[in-house]
Amino acid sequence: MKFVLLWTDLALWLMVAAIVAYALRVRTQANLRNTWRRVLRDPVAASAGVVMALFLAVTLVDSIHVRPALATTDGSTVYDTRTLSTLDLLLARQIAMREVSYSAPLSAYGFNKESIVDAQGQARRDYPRLKFGGAHLSDPATQWGGDVARRAALGLAGGAAIAALLFALTAAALARQHQGWRHALADLAADRTFYPLRAVLVTLTVILLLAGPVLALMPHYHVFGTDRTGNDVLVQALKSVRTAFVIGALSTLATLPLALVLGVMAGYYKGWVDEVIQYVYTTLSSVPNVLLIAACVLMVQVFLDKNPDLFETAAERSDLKMLMLCLILGLTGWAGLCRLVRAETLKLRELDYVQAATAFGVSDLRIMARHILPNVMHLVLITVVLSFSELILYEAVLTYVGVGVDPATSSFGSMINLARAEMSRDPVVWWSFAAAFGFMVGLVLATNLFADGVRDAFDPKARSARPRLFVRRGAADA
Amino acid sequence: MLRFMLRRLGYGLAILVGVNLFTFFLFFSVNTPDDMARLNIGGKRVTQAQIETWKTERGYDKPLYFDAAKTGTEQFTHTILWERSVSLFALDFGKSDARQAINIGHEIKVRMGVSLQLALPLFILQVIVSVAFSLLLVFFRHTRIDFWGVVLCVLMLSISSLFYIIVGQFLFARVLKLVPMNGFAPGLDAVRFLALPILLSLLSRLGGEARLYRAMFLEEMGKDYVRTARAKGLSEGRVLRRHVLRNALIPIITSAGSYLPYVFLGSLVFESFFGIPGLGAFVIEAITGQDFAIVRTMVFLGALLYIASNVLIDIAYTWVDPRVRLQ
Repeated sequence: MKFVLLWTDLALWLMVAAIVAYALRVRTQANLRNTWRRVLRDPVAASAGVVMALFLAVTLVDSIHVRPALATTDGSTVYDTRTLSTLDLLLARQIAMREVSYSAPLSAYGFNKESIVDAQGQARRDYPRLKFGGAHLSDPATQWGGDVARRAALGLAGGAAIAALLFALTAAALARQHQGWRHALADLAADRTFYPLRAVLVTLTVILLLAGPVLALMPHYHVFGTDRTGNDVLVQALKSVRTAFVIGALSTLATLPLALVLGVMAGYYKGWVDEVIQYVYTTLSSVPNVLLIAACVLMVQVFLDKNPDLFETAAERSDLKMLMLCLILGLTGWAGLCRLVRAETLKLRELDYVQAATAFGVSDLRIMARHILPNVMHLVLITVVLSFSELILYEAVLTYVGVGVDPATSSFGSMINLARAEMSRDPVVWWSFAAAFGFMVGLVLATNLFADGVRDAFDPKARSARPRLFVRRGAADA
Repeated sequence: MLRFMLRRLGYGLAILVGVNLFTFFLFFSVNTPDDMARLNIGGKRVTQAQIETWKTERGYDKPLYFDAAKTGTEQFTHTILWERSVSLFALDFGKSDARQAINIGHEIKVRMGVSLQLALPLFILQVIVSVAFSLLLVFFRHTRIDFWGVVLCVLMLSISSLFYIIVGQFLFARVLKLVPMNGFAPGLDAVRFLALPILLSLLSRLGGEARLYRAMFLEEMGKDYVRTARAKGLSEGRVLRRHVLRNALIPIITSAGSYLPYVFLGSLVFESFFGIPGLGAFVIEAITGQDFAIVRTMVFLGALLYIASNVLIDIAYTWVDPRVRLQ
């Protein structure tokens, strides 16, 4: 076994480290702590955060890559050319359950008729049994319904049990503050806790009730069916989560250096520096975005084709392409944030504390780094969370146009792309499409709701825009 | 006014020069004319003679930025950069790189008409529908209608436009058979082909737009003149229509105006999904066919339209709000 650190893995883990560092910083700073507390006390944002955390967990499990050692006769170590992630290892059974072609969700039969030779040597056209899906049933016609129902019920029960356990554990943790666990449970049920724990627990319960049956059925069926080459659709959807996260997170991060440095410089120095920077970002934003990205991606493709010795395996190649796509998205997308940062810096530089620092003879660089940069960070945070979901949606469009991720990488864009042809078949193959839809909407909706919560907390002016129907009672001064 | 316009045009020209330099550098430094020739002639064995003819036919047989063999100004004018830039600024787009070279200028003229047929009704309907929907939400603010309306908006803007297209095509064209799946016909027949893309494009953008407009309206609602209007006994509907809507027009124009370049350029995804032979589909074909001449032309055209639409937006500001002066 040999660990492989792909470029995007490195970037993702660095991002996680940065988030942890930021969280530690938030703990020590009272005003940041209070603002984040406001985000977490918003039931919608807290629940959305839980969903995002789950997707992030899938991403991180999918971001540790290894190349397994192969058995050789002469004792030397040779490594597999395929690069596997820990998620691949966890889903090894699912990936091995490869059928010949399409099969409907939970089905024991293939989707297309084939000629089958039966025991008497007679050939007939019929739907073939799947090699793995429902293979443990001797007579699917009679046993299938009962088996699926039993496993699903078992999964539901398991999910419900874990959910109940979570409720109990939360109540136990709250017991001291809420005068005993009975009171804690009652307060939890009536939503009288400091953080919106009821909403979070309900979200977790829903997820557990959905995941339970899927997990219970997974070893013997294809819960979301199989695609044209017989691969499990659920595996593809799970693998696509990482692609979406990489594109969403890394592209946004790639915009930050340029946007921040140039924005602060333009606002602070004004004059010709400002003019030049404004000219550059106006030029950049005057080109339609998709065209600009397409042009850059085409060039990167040409470059990679000319330099095939930059990567060892196919996985490294597609990974490099993905990283390049993120960089391109970052380098073409910094104009919006730069404009915001410039405007804010123009305001900040006239404030008394900056004037005082100038009077004390503090150097420009230090003023910008110590006094201006920390005060535009809320803009950065809001932009990062807002553009995250936009980029996930954008990836699908770019992949459709043909300038997105490598076709070998599973992504929501490529799933939708294939689904387009499948939806025009007769009878219709709907399950890849449905799986991509479900996962993608879940992820994007969660990020959008979380982004709204962050924006409300960090930008008080925007607060009026959100409708409030369910006002939390009793939580205000708990 | 005139001086403002002239200055804007001058700045626009400077931006176009920047875009042109940038795209030229991007396309020609990574991908030399020799590579382009090899790619476009295709086949395994490409002789140097073939490459030279391909380059001469398209005028790529010169140095990129600087010709040391010439003297005086010819050092700069006898280059690909100079010739390509001059022809772009003269709106003479030349021929495409592909083997069966097509006249790009002619193609753009024909296709822009088709794109306009799709995008212009869409643009107008988009503004009307989004404003109407958000005004409805604002009218019913602090009620369940408003709450669930916003929930619907957030849900709608979380769904990729590709999903709208695939489900819409499946539902309206395949199950209900109301409209053809895809294709295009000139004249009045076009309505049958354009109805579905317009509807789906409307839906896919409605969530984001309506939520944005709602926030803008609510911001206006907090101002003093609204209270004055109510105090003098105007009905809520009249306050919204006559006062709030008119004052919120400036941010609405800014937001809607950002779509203006796409009215001419067409929508990439919708055109190619519905087989509408507009400029958007043209671009996708060029990208998949790696025809850099077309992509470069479209980048230039896009920047040109962006600048033009910004000038239009500025004029529209003075038109809706007499307080705005262009200086």
